[in-house]
Amino acid sequence: MNRNRQKLYFVAVNGALPSIYPLGDSALTLDLGNCIDEQLNTRAVAIYDWLGTHPLDGVIDRIVAYSSVSVLYDPTHADRRTAISAWLLEAWQQTSAASPCDDGREIRIPVCYEKEYAPDLEAVARQTGLSPEQVADIHCSVTYRIYMIGFLPGFPYLGKIDPRLGIPRKTRPVPVVAGGVGIAGLQTGIYPLNSPGGWQIIGRTPLQLFDRAADPPVVLHTGDRVRFYPVSTNEFLGWAPPI
Amino acid sequence: MAFSIIKPGLLDTIQDLGRNGFGNWGIPPGGAMDGYAAQVANLLVGNNQCEAVIEIHFPGPQILFEQNTMIAITGADFSPTVNDEVIPCWQPVVVRKNTVLHFPTLVQGSRCYLSVHGGYCLKKWLNSYSTSLKAGAGGWNGMPLKKGDELPFNENTIYFAGLLKKDESNFEALPWRVNMEKVYQFPHEIGVTPGHEWPLLSEASQSAFVENNFLIHPSSDRMGYQLNGSPLSLQRPLELVSSAVSFGTIQLLPDGQLIVLMADHQTTGGYPRIAHVITAHLPKLAQLRPSDTIQFKWTGMEEAEQLLIGRKKELHILQRSCLDHLNEVVC
Repeated sequence: MNRNRQKLYFVAVNGALPSIYPLGDSALTLDLGNCIDEQLNTRAVAIYDWLGTHPLDGVIDRIVAYSSVSVLYDPTHADRRTAISAWLLEAWQQTSAASPCDDGREIRIPVCYEKEYAPDLEAVARQTGLSPEQVADIHCSVTYRIYMIGFLPGFPYLGKIDPRLGIPRKTRPVPVVAGGVGIAGLQTGIYPLNSPGGWQIIGRTPLQLFDRAADPPVVLHTGDRVRFYPVSTNEFLGWAPPI
Repeated sequence: MAFSIIKPGLLDTIQDLGRNGFGNWGIPPGGAMDGYAAQVANLLVGNNQCEAVIEIHFPGPQILFEQNTMIAITGADFSPTVNDEVIPCWQPVVVRKNTVLHFPTLVQGSRCYLSVHGGYCLKKWLNSYSTSLKAGAGGWNGMPLKKGDELPFNENTIYFAGLLKKDESNFEALPWRVNMEKVYQFPHEIGVTPGHEWPLLSEASQSAFVENNFLIHPSSDRMGYQLNGSPLSLQRPLELVSSAVSFGTIQLLPDGQLIVLMADHQTTGGYPRIAHVITAHLPKLAQLRPSDTIQFKWTGMEEAEQLLIGRKKELHILQRSCLDHLNEVVC
C-alpha cells in the first residue's frame, strides 16, 4: 500500500482551506500553517473557543498549539471522523484572525535574574556578546504572547523574544527548578514544576504557576500576555505566597 | 474496609481510564497503560469500568487484606498468590480477611491491574483517579503506593464470608473468567496508521519502518517507549512548531530513533510524527517488555475503528454477564 497517498480530509489550496489530518485513529488536527505567527495563533484560539461553545458528541479533548487545533474523540461514536472534520471546518469558516477572542489578560511576572537563580545567564551573555544585565533588560523589554501551554502542566510557550537573545537549547536536558525562566530559539517559557529541561535558564520567578489544589491549577492560559520585570534576591526571598 | 501495603512494588499507582479534557493546560491524560485490562478487572468484580484500579509493575507489592473482599487481577501474569497459593488471573476471586497477596514470579507481560469489588475510596483530581507523578496529584496523594499505606474500599453489601466455602480456605475463585486471547494475539505485530510527516521520510526509511524489527529499549516507561532500530531519516531537514500529540504517536527523534508516546506522554511535541499505533493495539503494546521486538503493520483507518467498536460491544456484553453471574452467586 502506498502510504504517501494518505487521505487528507481537506487540503489547503492557495490558503483557501486549512489542512485537517488524522493524528491516529482517535484525533484530528486542523493545521493553519507550520509557523509561529500571532495572527495564526489568534485564529487557532478563536477556533478552539468556537468549538467549546458548539459542543459535539464524542469529543474527549481540544488542544490549541502554535498554529493548530487538535480534537481527541471517541471513534466508537458513529461517524466521528467525518463529523469532527466537518465540525473543525465549520469552526474555521466561522472565525477569523480578528475574531473577538483577543481578550487575553496581561500578567506581570517578577523574575530574579541574580546569579543563584540564573544558572545559564552568564553563558547566554557570553554567547550573545551582551552583559548579563543587558540580557535581563532585553528579556523584560517585550510584552509576550502565550502561544500555547504544553510540555508540562501549565508550561507557557511565550514569543517572540528579541532576536539578539536567540540561542539554541541545550543538547542534553538538565534538572530545572520550578519557577525557572528559560529561553530557546525565539521562545521563552517558565517551568511550573521541577523537571528536566533543555532551555537556557536566565532567571527564576517566585510565583507558583501550578498549584494542584487550586481551581484551575494553572495560572496562565493560551492567548494571555506576559511581561517580565526584574526583582532582587531579597524581593524574591520575601515574596509572599498568594492568600 | 481496607487493605494495607506490607511491602511496596517497583511502581504501584492508582489509575483509571485517564484524565481527559485538560490537555489545553498541559495536563497529560495518564491512566492505565493497558486500558483494556483495567476495564476488565473492574467488570469482573461487578464495578463500573471507570473505577480506579492499581497498576502494578514487577516486582509487585505485598498486600494484606484487612477484610473479606472480592478482587480481580488482569493484564500481566506475575503469578499472584494468596498466602502462597496461586490464584487465577482474569477471574474474580473472593479473599479471606488477614490473607496476603503476593506476586512472586514474572510469567509474562509488563503491568497487571488489581480491582476490588466496590472500588477504592479515593478523591478524584480533575475528574480522574489517575496518578500523575509529574504533577504530584491524583490517585493516592499523587504518589506511588508505599509501605504502610491503607487503601480504603467503598462500602459494599455482599456477605463474602458466605462465598468462602471451607472455613480454612484462604480464597475462592468464582467460576467465570474472560477470554482475552484475541486482544493480545500476535503480541509483536503492532498496527499503525500513517502520521502527518510520514511522506517526508526518505524512501529507504519508509521501507525500513515496516520491514525491520524494533527493539524496546530498557529506558522505556509510562511516558514513552524508546525503540532501537536502524536509524531512519527525513528526505530533508524539517523544523516543526509544536502541536498536539497522542497516546500511540510515533515520533522520529533527531538521532533517527523512534519513540512511541504512552499514557503519561506530554500533551504537545515538535518531532516529526511518522505514524500512530492504533488504539486497539495499545493494550498489547503496553504489555510488551524491554528487549521485546515489535514489527509495525499498516492498518486501515476503518479497520482500526471497527476493532474498537467491536471491543466496546464485547466489554458491554461482558459487563452484563458478570453482573448476572454475580447476582446468581450472591442470591
